[in-house]
Amino acid sequence: MSAEIALDGPWRLHPQVALRPERFGALAYHFGTRRLSFLKSRRLLDVVQGLEAAPDPTAACRAAGVADAELPSYRAALRTLAETDMIVPACGASLADSESNPPQVVAA
Amino acid sequence: MKLVEEFEFGLDAPICITWELTYACNLACVHCLSSSGRRDPRELTTAEAKGVIEELERMQVFYVNIGGGEPTVRKDFWELLDHAAEHNVGVKFSTNGSRIDAAAAARLAASDYVDVQVSIDGATAAVNDAVRGPGSFDTALGALERLHTAGFEKPKISVVVTRQNAGQLDDFKALADTYGAQLRITRLRPSGRGADVWDELHPTSDQQRSLYMWLLEHGDDVLTGDSFFHLSAYGEALPGLNLCGAGRVVCLIDPVGDVYACPFAIHDEFLAGNVREPRGFEGVWRNSDLFTELRRPQSGGACESCGHYDACRGGCMAAKFFTGLPLDGPDPECALGHGEGLLAARGEDLAIPAPAVDHSRVKPSRLREGGPARPPAKVCDENPLADFLARS
Repeated sequence: MSAEIALDGPWRLHPQVALRPERFGALAYHFGTRRLSFLKSRRLLDVVQGLEAAPDPTAACRAAGVADAELPSYRAALRTLAETDMIVPACGASLADSESNPPQVVAA
Repeated sequence: MKLVEEFEFGLDAPICITWELTYACNLACVHCLSSSGRRDPRELTTAEAKGVIEELERMQVFYVNIGGGEPTVRKDFWELLDHAAEHNVGVKFSTNGSRIDAAAAARLAASDYVDVQVSIDGATAAVNDAVRGPGSFDTALGALERLHTAGFEKPKISVVVTRQNAGQLDDFKALADTYGAQLRITRLRPSGRGADVWDELHPTSDQQRSLYMWLLEHGDDVLTGDSFFHLSAYGEALPGLNLCGAGRVVCLIDPVGDVYACPFAIHDEFLAGNVREPRGFEGVWRNSDLFTELRRPQSGGACESCGHYDACRGGCMAAKFFTGLPLDGPDPECALGHGEGLLAARGEDLAIPAPAVDHSRVKPSRLREGGPARPPAKVCDENPLADFLARS
């Protein structure tokens, strides 16, 4: 599925997802799918928090200080979050179905 | 730093907590980890329990695993569920199913914030009822049926793996599929009344290896609460965090508000404080001496020189403690067999720590008469569901 997700246009955190910053990055919890994700860096947290204000995810990465060389790994991390419905296009349907899942670790 | 190492130093708030709402239970399972039965008169009041929920919301503890006892026997159970939902605290509660009637099932199906886990410990009535009591298998399946009919999506079937049911894993999976449920299997701990039956019930080493292979094959759609991380020493790590989260990323709040390092360690040695203290749960979590100590680098002791230490991290603290083994040595069910020798070498006079609290009504010290393979032999056995059956 990951190849199909176009990370273009505006994205945002799913409205049912809460973020809790921690030293290593953040916990993200989706109350709908009951999935817990661990964001493995503070910068990835900055990117996720900056999605809604940015015209597209790449711009959100740049705004958070992600270097060009790191862009592919950050885009891959965002794709993982998109596949599990933690982030969604700012207008449009979500991608994942609703079920209970074990935690996932998301590194950039 | 690896995520596991970060977690070993503790988080600002738990990832999730277990909250036993009551010690009252209408069953008397032989392996009950909280030695439940009678209600404790010091149980948290409704107002106090709501206060804990509000504190969890402030700390951003996203979900709690509610258990007991049988949590649904609390008169304010539904009120507390609603309060949790209103305060963005997700709930998964464990039940024996006896109070999940059609109305309760419909109510649960209508909520986004609540997940239900029905306990059975055998894929057949004979195996289950020997552990959980006569009639308990049918009661649990009735609840699953009503949840399914009400449209509740994907409840959990929660199974403690024992010597008697370890051969039924495929049957449990099939049973879960029948009810549109997800299977959750966890480890038998020698905690609470579990200490009395552990020798008889804990899986053999051959069964453990089969279980490990089974989890490698099915791990993606079977939940385990990461409770089998000690088996990772067999080779490839199992899915999950693979660490002891006690006091670092998880803890237990018991019915009277005592905060223990983990649900399997109800003993003064692992008591960090009480939510009724002025510093509250948050203060206990962040500053208690016990949790501070658990977040320091731990010695692997005798295990440190083992090539598999990185995989199993020495196993389960509670399993060691309640079998009388040193905390910095191998798990009693060490995949490499190092625990068996230590268990055999324990002296006759060894005093195994007893749980701090015991609310048992009766204290069955072994499997119910007749054994797991046959139905209960004594029809005069007190039926722990009598109250429920009389009402319905």
